[in-house]
Amino acid sequence: MSAAETLHSSVQTNAPPAISLAGVNKWFGALHVLRDINLDIALGERVVVCGPSGSGKSTMIRCINRLEEHQQGKIVVDGIELSDDLKSLDAIRREVGMVFQSFNLFPHLTILENCTLAPIWVRKMPKKEAEALAMEYLERVRIPEQALKYPGQLSGGQQQRVAIARALCMKPKIMLFDEPTSALDPEMIKEVLDTMVMLAETGMTMICVTHEMGFARQVADRVVFMDRGEIVETGEPTALFENPQTERLQLFLSQILRGH
Amino acid sequence: MSITTDSLPVAPRLAPALSVGWLGWVRANLFSSWLNSLVTIALAYFIVKYAIGFVDWAFVNAIWSVPNDAAGRPDTSSCRDNKGLGACWAVINEKHRFMLFGTYPYEQHWRPAVVCVLFVGLYIVSAMRRFWRMELALIWAAVLTVIAVLMWGGVLGMPYVPQERWGGLPITLILATFGLAFAFPLAILVALGRRSKLPAIKALCVLYVELIRGVPLISLLFMASVMFPLFLPEGMNIDKLLRAQIAIILFAGAYLAEVVRGGLQALSKGQYEAAEALGLSYWQKTGLIILPQALRLVIPPLVNTFIGFFKDTSLVLIIGIFDLLTAGKTAIIEPMWQGFAVEVYVTIGLIYFVFCFAMSQYSAKLESELNHGRRR
Ligand SMILES: Nc1ncnc2c1ncn2[C@@H]1O[C@H](COP(=O)(O)OP(=O)(O)O)[C@@H](O)[C@H]1O
Ligand SMILES: [Mg+2]
Repeated sequence: MSAAETLHSSVQTNAPPAISLAGVNKWFGALHVLRDINLDIALGERVVVCGPSGSGKSTMIRCINRLEEHQQGKIVVDGIELSDDLKSLDAIRREVGMVFQSFNLFPHLTILENCTLAPIWVRKMPKKEAEALAMEYLERVRIPEQALKYPGQLSGGQQQRVAIARALCMKPKIMLFDEPTSALDPEMIKEVLDTMVMLAETGMTMICVTHEMGFARQVADRVVFMDRGEIVETGEPTALFENPQTERLQLFLSQILRGH
Repeated sequence: MSITTDSLPVAPRLAPALSVGWLGWVRANLFSSWLNSLVTIALAYFIVKYAIGFVDWAFVNAIWSVPNDAAGRPDTSSCRDNKGLGACWAVINEKHRFMLFGTYPYEQHWRPAVVCVLFVGLYIVSAMRRFWRMELALIWAAVLTVIAVLMWGGVLGMPYVPQERWGGLPITLILATFGLAFAFPLAILVALGRRSKLPAIKALCVLYVELIRGVPLISLLFMASVMFPLFLPEGMNIDKLLRAQIAIILFAGAYLAEVVRGGLQALSKGQYEAAEALGLSYWQKTGLIILPQALRLVIPPLVNTFIGFFKDTSLVLIIGIFDLLTAGKTAIIEPMWQGFAVEVYVTIGLIYFVFCFAMSQYSAKLESELNHGRRR
């Protein structure tokens, strides 16, 4: 039994979906960036989103924690529908962690302060407790010894692992990753992917925009292929990569394989 | 042939003697070509000549005090004879209390003197980062209350001194301190407001900044002193100093707001998004993530503006408020002291310089401290 198959057993298919997008549309001015997106993600499921640059992958996952607002359709996260209501927004952002391509650590705060900030101010956790929690997660991403340094003193791979720890300190139910390894030098990609695999093993619900096919095969329950704002194909990773049904996916796969 | 691996192919050597040390520096920067040497020598000649001239005037030939005449008034004839040769510091000796405290009752001068010391103490305490806590606000409130009590008096056996008689350095420090203490928070709110998603707030902030920036401070002071009372109900009167103070706050606020906005714009969108994604509220995001970074980016232009406003407070002279500069001018209005303006202005300039230079040194130190441990 492979590692990937062990991971798959954690998906709870009978529970209500952790995330549900139904008929979602979004425009930037006249540009139609999301077209009739329908996607249900179960609790504990790990979904990899791929597709050409500009196809709307970032926009879609940013709609899930409302860094972008959708204009049509319905998005339900953890049972709460996204709307203009600020209360529901707060509730969703507590449950959804996000990791960005450019890390976005707070450069004026130490690594430890980066991690304790949200638990202290949003979850109202006592400082001591937040620090213990942060050290626990920094240990898990294997950089507890950097806790008192500033982000500018760390390598890209270390910064991204801190960003993951920072998101985890809020104890989210869902984690969103937007090309977490794209800004990294090749030798640092692995350390970040390893951290994400470890996270997947804990049963976290994850949506991950990435072109790392090896990671997708190892971890993903499902791969979603997007092109020009649409979900073109979805499927189990091996099937999708080895037997693409559409010309667009074939073209995309041939392009990334050439690139690697 | 083989190369040994235990020694470097090119062994390190000492740099040529003439490219290091002060001699190397002089050679490289002052005498690198015959033209450069010529300029250096010519400039050195003028610098030395005028430096010697100034030292002669300010110290060697200076007159430090003058005797009194038969009527008991200072006899400045020796100073007049010495004019152009040496400074007449006797005028400062004689008039320094009027320059510093204006028309404040002479025997009560200890009160504004204590006020000045309190202000300087307040600056020093506020400048130390280990005092940057909530308690600092309480210290400010307490010290400013004590200052008000000392200036006005009327309690604790101190006779009442109406605001019209205040003058000199305390006025300058009051205008500058209250001005910046209120203008700075105002500026932050306006800068944030200009980036607001609410059109009404945004328009209001833009209007404020553009209106205030579009008029000279002098005209704003005139409006505050002449026009403002017209809008008040009959019989109600706001202190002239307070009116000038409000004008200065509004003026400084608009300029500082633009400086702060520059800092806000320099931050990447990612910082805002990361804070939002963690669930921080607008004010948490602003206070914990955005402002701490934006403000330290703009320390140099911020202090530049502070220094400018410290000196601009002297414009209140046009509405008849006795700040340091006006008090100095008035001090030499008596016939016997007329003609010694240079000495007075040099002294007053020195006082302004000490405050401004301290600010600029502090900002440089703060900047390097706050950026400690950061790669930029
Ligand atoms: N804030 C924005 N304003 C206008 N256009 C945008 C904005 N963000 C993204 N876009 C456009 O929307 C499209 C989808 O972008 P994005 O979701 O970032 O794609 P991807 O992540 O798949 O590369 C692109 O054409 C991009 O230029
Ligand atoms: Mg993207």
